[in-house]
Amino acid sequence: MSAITDPPKGGFHLSMLIYDSRYRSMTIQIVTLMLFMLGVAWLINNAAENLARLGKPLSFGFLWEPAGYDINQKLIEYNSQMSNARAALVGLLNTLLVAALGCITATILGVTIGVLRLSNNWLVARLMTVYVETIRNVPVLLWIALTMAAIIHSLPQPKAFRGDNATASMIGDAVAITNRGVYIPKPVLHDGSLIVIGVFLLSIVAMFVFGKWAKAHQAATGQILPTFWIKLGIFFVPAILTFFVMGNPITLEYPALKGFNFKGGFHIRNSLIALWLALSLYTAAFIAEAVRAGIMAVSKGQSEAAAALGLRSSWTMNLIVLPQALRVIMPPMISQFLNLTKNSSLAIAVGYMDITGTLGGITLNQTGREMECILLLMLCYLIISLIVSSVMNWYNNSVKLKER
Amino acid sequence: MKKTTFLGTVAAAAMVAGVAGAGTLDDIKAKGFLQCGVSTGLVGFAAADANGNWGGFDVAVCRAVAAAVLGDAQAVKFTPTTGKTRFTALASGEVDMLARNTTWTFTRDVDLKFTFVGVNYYDGQGFMAPKSLGVTSAKDLDGATICIQTGTTTELNLADYFRSNNISYEPVPVETNSEAQQQYLSGACDVLTTDASGLAATRATFEKPGDHVVLPEIISKEPLGPLVRHGDDNWADVVRWTLNALIAAEELGVTSANVSEMGMKAGNNPEINRLLGTEGGLGEKLGLSNDWAKNAIAAVGNYGEIFEKNIGENTPIGLSRGLNAQWTNGGLIYTPPFR
Amino acid sequence: MTKKVSYVRTEMLPEQTPPLTAAGPIAWMKTNLFSSISNSILTVAAIIALYFILSGLLPWIFHSSWAAGSLNECRDVIKEAYGPDASGACWAVIRERYLQLAYGFYPPFPGGEMNGFAPMEGASLPGYFRPNLTFILMLVALSPILFSALPRKMLWFSAIYPFLGFWLLWGGSVWVPVMAFMGFVLAGLAFQIIGKMFGSLFGVIAAFVVPVLWWIALSGYAADMMQSIVPVGLLPIESSQFGGFMLSIIIGITGIVVSLPIGVVLALGRQSDMVIVKALCVGFIEFIRGVPLITLLFVASVLLQYFLPADVTFDKILRVVIMVTIFAAAYMAEVIRGGLAALPIGQYEAADSLGLDYWKATRLITMPQALKISIPGIVSTFIGLFKDTTLVSVIALMDPIGLTNNIRGDANWNGIVWELFGFVGFVFFVFCFSMSRYSMYLERKLKTGH
Repeated sequence: MSAITDPPKGGFHLSMLIYDSRYRSMTIQIVTLMLFMLGVAWLINNAAENLARLGKPLSFGFLWEPAGYDINQKLIEYNSQMSNARAALVGLLNTLLVAALGCITATILGVTIGVLRLSNNWLVARLMTVYVETIRNVPVLLWIALTMAAIIHSLPQPKAFRGDNATASMIGDAVAITNRGVYIPKPVLHDGSLIVIGVFLLSIVAMFVFGKWAKAHQAATGQILPTFWIKLGIFFVPAILTFFVMGNPITLEYPALKGFNFKGGFHIRNSLIALWLALSLYTAAFIAEAVRAGIMAVSKGQSEAAAALGLRSSWTMNLIVLPQALRVIMPPMISQFLNLTKNSSLAIAVGYMDITGTLGGITLNQTGREMECILLLMLCYLIISLIVSSVMNWYNNSVKLKER
Repeated sequence: MKKTTFLGTVAAAAMVAGVAGAGTLDDIKAKGFLQCGVSTGLVGFAAADANGNWGGFDVAVCRAVAAAVLGDAQAVKFTPTTGKTRFTALASGEVDMLARNTTWTFTRDVDLKFTFVGVNYYDGQGFMAPKSLGVTSAKDLDGATICIQTGTTTELNLADYFRSNNISYEPVPVETNSEAQQQYLSGACDVLTTDASGLAATRATFEKPGDHVVLPEIISKEPLGPLVRHGDDNWADVVRWTLNALIAAEELGVTSANVSEMGMKAGNNPEINRLLGTEGGLGEKLGLSNDWAKNAIAAVGNYGEIFEKNIGENTPIGLSRGLNAQWTNGGLIYTPPFR
Repeated sequence: MTKKVSYVRTEMLPEQTPPLTAAGPIAWMKTNLFSSISNSILTVAAIIALYFILSGLLPWIFHSSWAAGSLNECRDVIKEAYGPDASGACWAVIRERYLQLAYGFYPPFPGGEMNGFAPMEGASLPGYFRPNLTFILMLVALSPILFSALPRKMLWFSAIYPFLGFWLLWGGSVWVPVMAFMGFVLAGLAFQIIGKMFGSLFGVIAAFVVPVLWWIALSGYAADMMQSIVPVGLLPIESSQFGGFMLSIIIGITGIVVSLPIGVVLALGRQSDMVIVKALCVGFIEFIRGVPLITLLFVASVLLQYFLPADVTFDKILRVVIMVTIFAAAYMAEVIRGGLAALPIGQYEAADSLGLDYWKATRLITMPQALKISIPGIVSTFIGLFKDTTLVSVIALMDPIGLTNNIRGDANWNGIVWELFGFVGFVFFVFCFSMSRYSMYLERKLKTGH
């Protein structure tokens, strides 16, 4: 039989590039590559010619010119005299902020709703179904616009807090919920506060280490420790102890109504809340579906086997069903996180200054550099997506069932 | 899946069309209509009614140009543009001209390569606040939350003004005018800023317009006007002189009511004769017919009529002429002579 | 024979109704609503939440006004009817503008003569005849694809429908779509003839090259020539007059239908052994999936023009459709790749052992099965795409959300929010929900496992 696979004797003919299966794939690939390169070259050439004709050749110099506009929510120092690049960075951080917040709340909400949908409580299960179907079948842009409208129309204005017969009041004199956003107390750091923060961070690390150890311990001995309470203790106790030992180095600054607005404290703006809320609620519906599908994908025999072993129902869920379901849930969940991040570009609808609003919005409009701005914008999103998906895939691989 | 459809390719085959190379005017005459970029909807300036008919102060300029070039004020198609898409639409040849309350600035004229053909409305950026706020001047606005429309010169003006007066503010950027109103009326921002004409137009639609004041400070100059691409001077001339014809008509007392009568035969005033084409053949020099201005005025009226019909004191918007009165009445509206 | 005394009962007792606690509504409530303390708490919380939502929503929906010319008039009508504190929905705006929300600025009665096109319809036809007919024909064209019980011959209609639909909507000379369709006929002929003469690879190449040459060089002239000989046409309608849900449906359907073959090619490319082809496909798919649709729409509205020669311009809707198609194709490729990956390896091996070459194996064995598995995924991609068409409002196309801005730009309806968003959301819900039900029906039908 080996004779068949022997290469045919004789010289090389040009026609072999097509008829000989050894060379054919190479031919096809080279032709494809050449066509692709030609196409790209054609596009780039057109763009260069058109831009030259309009008198604005590709140049990123505008990035270092003063932006000239102000941004309300800035996680880093920024004013209107700083460069467009700085403004883009402020926007990028805002994008990341809303994406991170959204992913966390969407996960919590989504898992809760997904589990409740499988609840044996008829009313709750139906309500959750209605929720999921309503949310999923209406465009997210509409939800964002509606959430914003709901916030600015139904929450009290700051001036409702004013005067003797104020119609609204702060919660515990610390939190004010207005239609301009929520004002919460802000921690002010004094001497020694770094130690408290350090201890706090250490205790978080300790919490994870303990969790790992407890798991190993359980695997080795079968003993299940009350990890939740111990973790809670590790989380709070050392930090609180150091806080008092160091003599209250962190104080709170409360918001207070001064002039037009509340002053002091953290201001979580309505645009952030609307976007965050709408994205979380929307993505949660999809995550809920993934969670439900994941739980249902775990074969019934698994929970029956657990019951036969005499496990409690909560243990069955935590030790048998969820770990297996997680492997089914993770991949769709990752793509939902990516969707949420990409959907955050709709911030434009509520005036949240994310990177689409700064680099792809005001900077683009004011400088007229469409090509550069949009290419940079796409690059930013691409990098975010690639980072998120590689991190999540790494996590996914670590929880994946190790098969032979 | 052979049955899958190929609409994209079909459409591609069908809709690839040549655009303006050099002669926009010839292109328009050939295709039989004018493509005009307008805003997506601004009360009094450009909005479509339930039947999709566009009307408004900016739209009238488009119609006048269509009437001058093609003799038909209806031979115009409108492309709604946003702050972001308007300049590209014009630069790429998607629209022939832009009449979208666009401020004439150095950068736009020189760096973005456009030609502003004139000013059809002299505006300036102002502030509107509820009366109950008790604010009488923009200088009192320290710490206020201010709604601004993005994609316009207003946000740069605002940053400059507050910076130079050393007062702080909280900008709330919004994408559209209707969004801005929504936020302002519900108290999510204290102050609304945009061009003074826009403020008046917005206030006019409120339930209780009297509860809101426009602050006295005008913090910028906003000459708004139609614009065309750089490099086609002939077309720029057509749009420029159509606008001038509307202005001259008001100055000379030519209205949509009397234009046909006045344009029948040459009268005593030589400038009217030249304008209406009964003398001098100005239209031919532009590459149009001699009754171009007559057509434009007959279709939409003179500048004053357009103003009164769309944004004047008898409309809900209720703008007074102010700076936009004829120069003979102390305003800035002034046209070079038709000679 | 002694009389037997039975120790057990010999006759059955009549059945008793179960106790109230084990059957009927009370028992149902007990098992389904109040089975445990935590369940009872959940139930009560759900009832309270439901009450708050409905008590806020229902009066607003029903204390409404259907007949008014402006928002202020609406408010007066509602105050008069339901008391001074009542606030209700102003559905009058929907009543006035529902046609606009459905069709945009599409002329209801296109008639008259223009550019030598003989009008084939006048005011005697019902309003919006052309878009309505197109929509109905679309359903007819889709039905053989959606429901396998229908005769297969109907697929021929599905094949010519895109050209027919395009012509009905945009109008113009009938020969333009006919000549465009000819390109596909030529492609088929080229594949048959050249394939027979020089082998299938050349056939495939010819099937690509011949129609492209035809479209670029000849079809325009042929259409012009035929138009001058046999002038048949409809009044052309500008793209800027398209809007509303009609626009959403056009963009959504075209995007999904065109993206399907591209997605198949990309999915095959991604699975291919050829390194360069695979790298190109992976790069394309990951790039498109990594950026938000809105940036692609910016490209469509702002940048695409720069990438074309200076004298070529694309219609705006076409530009958007191109970018939406590219976007959908990347997602479609992943869906189909999932379908291919889900096939048992035995299918590939069986095809190989039958001696089928790659294209035959793909066309006859693997792809039909993979597509069948992927249908639910394709439908959900479509639902996502249909919802995402609302983003075109950001680049000033008049989709339903874009129209809400325009309607609020009218002095009469300035400041109206909830009614418009509510209506648009409701219509989207109806469309998407029915599609997702259809997808579930398919999933059940296609389930061949146990």
